[in-house]
Parts: sequence; C-alpha cells; structure tokens
Amino acid sequence: MSSVEVLDTENSPLKKIDFKAIGPALALLILCIIGYLLNPAFLGEGNITNLLTRSAFIGIIAVGATFVITAGGIDLSVGSMAAVISGVMIIIMNGLIDTLGAGLATVLVGCGCSIILGFGAGWINGALTTKGKIEAFIVTLGTMGIYRSLVTYFADGGTLSLSFDLRDVYRPVYYDSFAGLPIPVWVFAGVSIAGWILLNRTAFGRYCTAIGSNESVAKYSAVNVDRIKTTTYIIQGFCVALATIIYVPRLGSASASTGVLWELEAIAAVIIGGTVLKGGYGRIGGTILGALILTTIGNILNFTDLISNYLNGTMQGLIIIIAVWLQRAEWSKKKT
Amino acid sequence: MFKKTIFALTLGAAVALGGAANAADKIKIGVSYPTPTHAWAAGMNWHAEQAEKRLEALYPDIDLILVNSPDPASQASALEDMVSVNQIDALVVLPFESDPLTDPVLNVKKSGALITVVDRGLSKEGIEDIYVAGNNPELGRVSAEYMKGRLESGDNIVILRGIPTTIDNERFDAFMAEIEGTGINVLDHKHANWNRDDGFEVMQDFLSRFPDIDAVWAQDDDIAIGVVAALKQAGRDGDGMFVVGGAGMKETIKAIMDGNELQPIDVLYPPAMLATAMDVTVAAFKSNGPVAGRYILGATLIDKSNADQFYFPDSPF
Repeated sequence: MSSVEVLDTENSPLKKIDFKAIGPALALLILCIIGYLLNPAFLGEGNITNLLTRSAFIGIIAVGATFVITAGGIDLSVGSMAAVISGVMIIIMNGLIDTLGAGLATVLVGCGCSIILGFGAGWINGALTTKGKIEAFIVTLGTMGIYRSLVTYFADGGTLSLSFDLRDVYRPVYYDSFAGLPIPVWVFAGVSIAGWILLNRTAFGRYCTAIGSNESVAKYSAVNVDRIKTTTYIIQGFCVALATIIYVPRLGSASASTGVLWELEAIAAVIIGGTVLKGGYGRIGGTILGALILTTIGNILNFTDLISNYLNGTMQGLIIIIAVWLQRAEWSKKKT
Repeated sequence: MFKKTIFALTLGAAVALGGAANAADKIKIGVSYPTPTHAWAAGMNWHAEQAEKRLEALYPDIDLILVNSPDPASQASALEDMVSVNQIDALVVLPFESDPLTDPVLNVKKSGALITVVDRGLSKEGIEDIYVAGNNPELGRVSAEYMKGRLESGDNIVILRGIPTTIDNERFDAFMAEIEGTGINVLDHKHANWNRDDGFEVMQDFLSRFPDIDAVWAQDDDIAIGVVAALKQAGRDGDGMFVVGGAGMKETIKAIMDGNELQPIDVLYPPAMLATAMDVTVAAFKSNGPVAGRYILGATLIDKSNADQFYFPDSPF
C-alpha cells in the first residue's frame, strides 16, 4: 500500500513535494508561528531549550518505537517500563551509598543497571511475541500492567526518592549544558542519528521494513524474522533505559504516576512523523518532529489562557489529527 | 434422608450459634477504602494500619478488618463479604465513587451495622451515622489567607491546580474568593494534576511567560516539588519568592522544621483521616457519650512552630 502511494506522488505534478516529509515539518512550523503570535516569549531562548529538553524523553522512546512499529509490532509497555526502571535504579543507587559512597561510581552502576533492565524488559516483550506466538498488543498490554504494579509495589504505593547526597552528583545529567545545549538534547540527537543510520543504511533496517510489509515474504527470503523482531523490542527497551537515565536526575523520584501515557505519546509521535502504524514504512526524522510537535502543543497551551484548561485534551487531539491529515490526505494529489 | 436432613440442620444451627457467639465476643469493624495508587493514599493506608495496631492493643475485644479494593465494583463485593463472612458490627468506608457505592453501603446498614463514611459523601443522605472528612474549601482559604499576609497589592502570583475535579474546584474557588479585592494579581492558573512532572513543566512555562512572579500556590506537595525544581533551574528561587503546597508530605514538613524559606508553610489535608474515622467509630462502642455526627477536620496551617506534630518519618507520605 505505502509503496504504491510513494509511486503515485512521484508521478504526480507535485512530485517534488514529499508530503510524508513535509507534513510534520509544516505542522511544527505552524505551531511555532501560533505560539509566537500568542506570546513572543515562546521563541525566547529559555523556552526553546525547555521544549527541546522536554521532548527528549518521549523523543528517545519514540525512536525505539519507530523500529518496533516499522517491523509490524507495537509496544504498549514503555511508559510503565520507564517507571519501573526509574524505581529500581533509585532503589539500587540508594542501597549502594553505603558500599560505594555517594559518588560517581554509584551513579554509573545505577545507569548500568538501567541499561541491563531495559535490555531485559525489551527481550521479554520480544521473546513472548516471537517464540511465545502471542500478539504484541496483548504481550505488551500484559507487561504494561505488570511493570506499573511493580513500581507501585516497590514504592509501597507512594514515591521512591533518590537520596539527596546523590542528587548533587547526578543532577548535572539533566540540568547542565554542553556547547549551549542541555545534555538531554545531545542524547536525543545522538539516539536520533544512530537510529536514522540503523533504519536507513543497514541490512537490519531493511529487514525491519521487509517484515513490516509482509512477514511471510520476509521469512521465505531467508530473513530471520524472530531474531529481527526481538531485536526491535530490545532496541525499544534500550531507548527506554536511556530516557530513564536522563529522567531520574530531573526530580529524583519515581512513583506509580511516572510515565503514565508515555506509550501513547510515543506511538502518536511515530505516527505523526509519517511511519505507518501497520508497519512496512518508517521515518526516524518524522518521529523526531512528531515528538517536538507533541511537546510544543502542551507548551503553547500553557502559554495562553484563551482556551479553557478543560479543553486541553481536545486541542491535542485536533492537532494530532490535523498533523497526520496534512501528510496522508488525498488533497495533495487532487490539486493538479 | 430424614436423618441426614436433621443432621444438616443441627450442624447449621451449631455453626450459626457458634458464629453468633464469636460475634458477641468481639466487636468487628470493617474498614474499606481504595487501594493506594498515589503517595497521599499510601500515607492514609499507613496511618490506618497504625491505628489498627494501636486500637486492637488498647481494646482486646475490638477486631478491625482492613480491606482495600482496586475499583468500585470490587469495593462493593468487599462490602458484601464483610456482612456475610465477617458479620461486621460497624463499617468505616471511604467510597471509591459516590454513586456506585451508595446502595452497597445501604445494604450494610440494613444488616444493622453502624456506618462511618470518610471523605467522599454518598449520593443519598441519612445513610451514615458518622461522617469524617477533610476540608477542601478551607485548604484554599487558609492558603490564600497566608498569601494575603505576605504579599501586597500589585504583587503577582500563579496557581497550579490539581486534576480537574470537584475537589480541585472547591479548593480553587475558595482561594479566589479569599484573595478577591486584595489587589494581588493571579496571572494564570493551569492544571498540574497533582503530579511532580506536570508541576515542573507548567512552572517552567509560567517562568518563561511571566518575568515577574512573587509567589506560587501549588495547592499540593507533589506539584510543589516540581515547582521548586523549575524555580531553582531558572535561578528564580530567591528574592522572597515562596511556594505554598498542601496535604502534609513528610519531606515538606521536614523542610519546614529545618527552616526552608522557599516553602515556609504547608496546609494540611490530613492523610490520617481514615485513622481518625476508625478512632471515632471505636469510640461509638467504647465512649460513655454519644459520638454520631459530622467531623470536618481542619486544614491546619503548618509552620515551624507546629510542624513536629505532623511529622511521621515512617509513613510513605
């Protein structure tokens, strides 16, 4: 389906404009203009930095989600996974203060554990989907519930807080800047570039697309479908772990309300960016724009009191639909 | 056949008598509330468990049965079990939602049990014998009163609200009513959903949008944590800036005891209210005076002078 559409645009008079690429960028541009008109402070340096830093969490997770969705899967567990990894990280680091001291070593071990947990959680999702032959939607719906209740259990229903001795060491990971940009933005950029190369310039990326287009054909073409699919979930888990590592130093806490609905935001970012929900076509660049669009909507709504607070969800829903419509709709072809 | 029936009847009667004897031995009080999913509720759970230990040690003939339920339907089933299995003499209930639990509580009342309702009222009047609740409008009013004492006409504040609910509206409306006519400007108010992350992001945006803010009403201690982080990040935590939270989180209370200037006070929404309700219900059996009635707990202003009374280091909240 998607490949046919691509051919169509190439043959049409508007062939020079690829609406899949332009759509999200156009939507973001319009949003920024609206934001500026509402309040010039929107384009202030502080606000732009805030926006980029805030996008980093959902953005990094969404890069992972792009692989999962391109290969025809879905991962609903990422928000809960982020919460439980944050929680376990905090418990481990607090516990290590006595043996390793409140220093860099403790933080590094904590981050290492986060990565291992991310790999592990991703592998569980992948293995249950491929070896267990259960639909990804059901597997990850299950693990979503499991991870969410685990963090509630670890926190005794309350909040897990990082020891204040460690915060001074760990805090710079979120709050410090390098060459004018906050560290989370650099991590986001790094993940994006690595993701782009992996999806567009490697055999692995082509296998993901092939499996998402038609799993049977991919299997007959000697692609190790199970391994590739499992790997996409492991990449997703790794991305969640990275996002967690830069999330924890922000407020130094994790609770049952950490990462609620992040899975839907990540999936929305991926789809706004032009990746096809049923698989077979993925765009990392679009995903990044999608994450920026989602954060910008929330930011603009905080910058104005024109719209009732109760309608925030309506505005977000409308903008998501419009952003996708901009790239999908037939209007781009009918205008000859 | 006939013999068997007689045997069964005798056995049944024996069991029933045995049950009656047991019930007469001990006063059974069922305590039903939602499963804690956030810090304040976890604190409530902790206080309730402490009260159970304390009251059962004090009165050997009192048996408190604590059951928490993850949703309204399971809470309704839990109430049925308390009547049929535990044969409770009194019920302390914090309803998940008012409408779906009104009839189940009414059924417990029909079994003859004393009813204590906590915090969230039922949809029909006259079911409960005792009502214990926090005071949401008072929380807003007390917060505004403190602001009035510290700010002057022309000063600017921003407000971070909770999840859009009646609770949030009651707090907000009472705050606005108290602040009216003082000349203090409320620049804007946004929902931060009683959540640290949302508190951080909404406050970041307020800071980008308004160059001059003198104080913040965060309404809740979780939101306040996010607000304080955003203020520190922007370097705008000095110059007499202050943040007023609410609820009574132990970290906040500790900071007040230590003389924190950024968050000098807190307004209580008592996490111990379920424990208080258990005390009053037990008193209904043990006191020499009548206790039925409505108990509205104070939204106490907690400052350095009284903070130690509200500090529970072992509680999760």
